Amino acid sequence: MKTIHREESKAVKITLIAISVVFLVLMLVLPLLSVIVNSLKEGVKFYVQSLTTEYVRSALKVTFIATFWAVVVNTFFGIAASWLLTKFSFKGKQILATLIDIPFSISPVIAGLAFLMTFGRLGWASGIINKINEFLGTDIKIVFALPGVVLATIFVTFPFVSRELIPVLNAEGKEEEEAAALMGMKGFAIFRKITFPHIRWALLYGVILCTARALGEFGAVNAVSKTRGKTFTLPLEIDALYLSGSADSTTAAFAASSILVIIAVIVLILRNIMEYKAKNK
Amino acid sequence: MAGKKKGNTRVIPGFGLTLGITVTMLSVLVLIPLASVLVYSFRLSFSEFMDLVTTRIVKNALITSVVCSAVAAVINCIFGVILAWVLVRYEFPGKRFLDGLIELPFALPTAVAGITLSKMYSDTGMIGKPLAALGIKVSYTKVGLTIALVFVGIPFVVRAIQPILEKLDDQYEEAAYMLGASRRRTFFKVILPELRPALLTGFGLAFARGIGEYGSVIYISGNSAKEHTQVISYVIMQKLNYLDYESATAIALVMLIISFLVLLFVNIVQIRQSRRTNNV
Repeated sequence: MKTIHREESKAVKITLIAISVVFLVLMLVLPLLSVIVNSLKEGVKFYVQSLTTEYVRSALKVTFIATFWAVVVNTFFGIAASWLLTKFSFKGKQILATLIDIPFSISPVIAGLAFLMTFGRLGWASGIINKINEFLGTDIKIVFALPGVVLATIFVTFPFVSRELIPVLNAEGKEEEEAAALMGMKGFAIFRKITFPHIRWALLYGVILCTARALGEFGAVNAVSKTRGKTFTLPLEIDALYLSGSADSTTAAFAASSILVIIAVIVLILRNIMEYKAKNK
Repeated sequence: MAGKKKGNTRVIPGFGLTLGITVTMLSVLVLIPLASVLVYSFRLSFSEFMDLVTTRIVKNALITSVVCSAVAAVINCIFGVILAWVLVRYEFPGKRFLDGLIELPFALPTAVAGITLSKMYSDTGMIGKPLAALGIKVSYTKVGLTIALVFVGIPFVVRAIQPILEKLDDQYEEAAYMLGASRRRTFFKVILPELRPALLTGFGLAFARGIGEYGSVIYISGNSAKEHTQVISYVIMQKLNYLDYESATAIALVMLIISFLVLLFVNIVQIRQSRRTNNV
């Protein structure tokens, strides 16, 4: 309960609120509005046109493929890792948890570099890929091709799902699963019938976050993707449009950006709904 | 009771399976690629390494990244405390909206944030135009670069402080009030020290993010070597474009060491904090 001793004078309170509102409007609201305003600068027709060019369509396709794989791989990993880290205690658990979070703390450019140094011309795995190609008569390429874009996207979103699941599973405890196991229930059935209902929302939210981040990844894919119209994702296409400098292409860059802004706003709204739900529970 | 269930008394199935999946996927998708960077950079002798990371361009970019990230993190700490305070202690219309907005920088793709900020603060932009009339240039300077870093860092600080402020015990403030301390004195002598670990954590996270930031800064910074507005991740990307992998991996190693040290610092702060609260 609030007591009278905690209240500042009204002037201080109003000043602090005003500072907060001005700061947030200036730093966060205006940039959002600016994208929308800039994207519609040359009318709705131009907006639609710039979203349907061949480059943008190709970029959308690549982005969706990379995002799809990032979500599938990281959901599978997230479920396995969160089960491991919350249901068992073992040596090195803390280290494992820290290692999983690595992609959060390193520059996306380094993530891209990592795949270049693995599969690129100088990478140790390029020899293996070449041998496979010779043997099968294929022409598989990893970096500067779609697989590299997918790998870089998976890397930067790697901890997103597990990070949402771990706190929920920790809070839930493991008594229910233990009871079910003692009564002879099989592993997968325990997960499906007992654990899954608890983590449904957290899992969905982790998937949404992972999707948003995968759609928007820039630095990591920039390092491993160099062909516009072939391996460019939407953020790379936005970059190319913006840097080509003409007024039209700048507007087109903002038009493409507006898609990602809309997705970002939806993610924020969902996040707030879920937080609100969790608080009321 | 929970302490008993340790080691070989696992009843829940799936330990071996999930351990196998987790370790394999982590190794293949994250650790081995990263190790390739390390292995490649370790092939350089120490003097070669030092030569590569102390060229004028690299040194300037490192200084720019570290200084601008630190300044941005300090700005974020100041506004972060105000924002967290306002969002926790006061009720006013639109509060939920503001609270929900804080995480926008996490949700907005960096390239989109980058081109928008750059446009807004350019001579023809919404904010840049009036500032240009006053003779202040923001886009393509270090000021613009710092603004972009403030943008990406703000959620780290606010979200670190908010929970601590929510849990803060009234008793201290009441005691301070009873003893005749003014609100201002209470804030600086009683509340702020309690927030210090969270503030340091937020600072560390925002700073680490700033050092590695790429998409949101490269448009507004202008990337001029002459004016020292190149950030370190931009220099790595340039080296990659020129196929200079030796320099790229050497710089990457320096960045990995910096972010490792920052995270170590954050971890130590958090461990000390939990020890302190547990002793009370």
